[in-house]
Amino acid sequence: MRGPGRWAVLFALVVLAVVMIFPFAIVAINAVKSPAEYSSQGPLSLPDGLYLRGIVDFWHRVEFGTKLWNSFVISASVSVLAVVLSVLNAYALGIGRVKGRLSILVLFLVANTLPQESLAYPLYYLAKAVGLYDTRLSVIVVMTVIQAAFGTYLLSAVLGQFPKEILEAAAIDGAGRLRSLVRIVVPISRPTLSVLLIFFFIWTWNEFFLPLILLISNDTQTVPVALGVLQGERYMDATMSSASALLGVVPAIAFFLIFQRTLTRGVTVGAIK
Amino acid sequence: MRGPTRGYWLYLVPSLLLFLAVIVVPFLMNVGASFTRWSGVGTPRWIGFDNYTRLLGDERFWESFQHNVGLIVAMAVVPTAIGLVLAAALFDYIGRRFGTRTASALRAMYYLPQVLPVAIAGVVWGWMLHPSYGAVNQISGLELDWLGDPDLALATVMAVMVWFQLGYPVVIFMAGLQRVDPSYYEAAEIDGASWWRKFWHITVPQIRPEIFVVLLTCTIAALKVFGPIFVLTRGGPGNATMVPSYFSYLNFFQKSNVGYGSAIATVLALIIVVVTFLFLRVQEREP
Repeated sequence: MRGPGRWAVLFALVVLAVVMIFPFAIVAINAVKSPAEYSSQGPLSLPDGLYLRGIVDFWHRVEFGTKLWNSFVISASVSVLAVVLSVLNAYALGIGRVKGRLSILVLFLVANTLPQESLAYPLYYLAKAVGLYDTRLSVIVVMTVIQAAFGTYLLSAVLGQFPKEILEAAAIDGAGRLRSLVRIVVPISRPTLSVLLIFFFIWTWNEFFLPLILLISNDTQTVPVALGVLQGERYMDATMSSASALLGVVPAIAFFLIFQRTLTRGVTVGAIK
Repeated sequence: MRGPTRGYWLYLVPSLLLFLAVIVVPFLMNVGASFTRWSGVGTPRWIGFDNYTRLLGDERFWESFQHNVGLIVAMAVVPTAIGLVLAAALFDYIGRRFGTRTASALRAMYYLPQVLPVAIAGVVWGWMLHPSYGAVNQISGLELDWLGDPDLALATVMAVMVWFQLGYPVVIFMAGLQRVDPSYYEAAEIDGASWWRKFWHITVPQIRPEIFVVLLTCTIAALKVFGPIFVLTRGGPGNATMVPSYFSYLNFFQKSNVGYGSAIATVLALIIVVVTFLFLRVQEREP
């Protein structure tokens, strides 16, 4: 295709891209309009000025700062703990090649595929029984195990390729297993570990079902749970709803921009699994 | 390093203990509860397979699986099909004629919805589709109750899910295309093959592994879908967008039918494991 044809292709792809980002743009411009302006001008007009009352009101109403902090504490703890567990497991499975490693890997993989619905009620029940219900710790423990199941699977394959000569040299120098792990395996696998860390952070941030079940009070809920539960409440008007959407969207886009390079690399790593 | 490998077991101990407490025991408890009548308090009463026989005759249960099929179309089939064409067009058409920067910018825009928590995607669209003040009706001049009309609700949710999922296959397929040997395309061009012929005979077969991974992961995600349904429709209006995961949630936490909810969750788990197994078998048989 030459001449006008190639521009037609580009045009079609650009139109689709505009459709894809259109909701983001609409949310952003309407979150800063006053309700009066929204009802007179409609959603497409550019805002007359920055009307931040809607966002500020909504922020206070849902105690958004607390929600952000809860999401951050949970996601950061899970990502670190799950990477630690994944490394320990993958060390035993990928490098140590312990007996029965294939069945252990399959077990982890099945755990990762199971629908959370089939664990939800017992987890809720057990969390109540041990006094962890409605604490951030309950979500941290559960999500750490679920993320580590995937991390173990991925990392075992990576560490299976680890150059043995390096470890043998270290053993001759008298390094024990723990020392080899901390001083050699972890530093050399750092790029993969950082991809895992970012993935676990974002996946945990985005999680909805288990936090919804385990966290009930205002002081413990995460951003997606709090906003998801409020969606469609009676008192929400048009600008408040878009303020809610904007507050949910901004952290996600911020992570995307911060982690973009590592992320695109990571998506590819996930594809090869 | 040639010594006994037994010591490595120690490194598995923390995970295996946690795994037992968070996955194995709860899963077995769930299967156990599915054979009982239980409100969540008091002692569960053993009723054998009653919950399962009740499931077989429950219209809501069957409908919820039909809606799942619709969501598999919206979350796996359609995004994979459109994603293939988009990835190929970006990679060997836009990338070559307008530069890779244009191609990556477009790819980033298609991927943007994927960075959202799926519940937040629901919040965004719940607002856009609101019958009285939503942007979609205001802009289009229509007066449709997108999520409140039983004939429209499932189609609307499906459209939202296509929007949400599309970026994932595009990114994966574009990454896959990078390992395709360019000489295939060069040879096909010398033979005068059209773009569509190259698409069918080179692009699709070369990235078959990626297509499998995307179809498998998206199908599983569609079978599990909960967040968008909870946020957008709560399974309604009536039963119009009920899915198994939300149906089990409803029985657990609103109707206090824990036994019945457990049976639904167990069946769903079984279906997902079987689907995964079938996919992997088919993939193994591929050349």
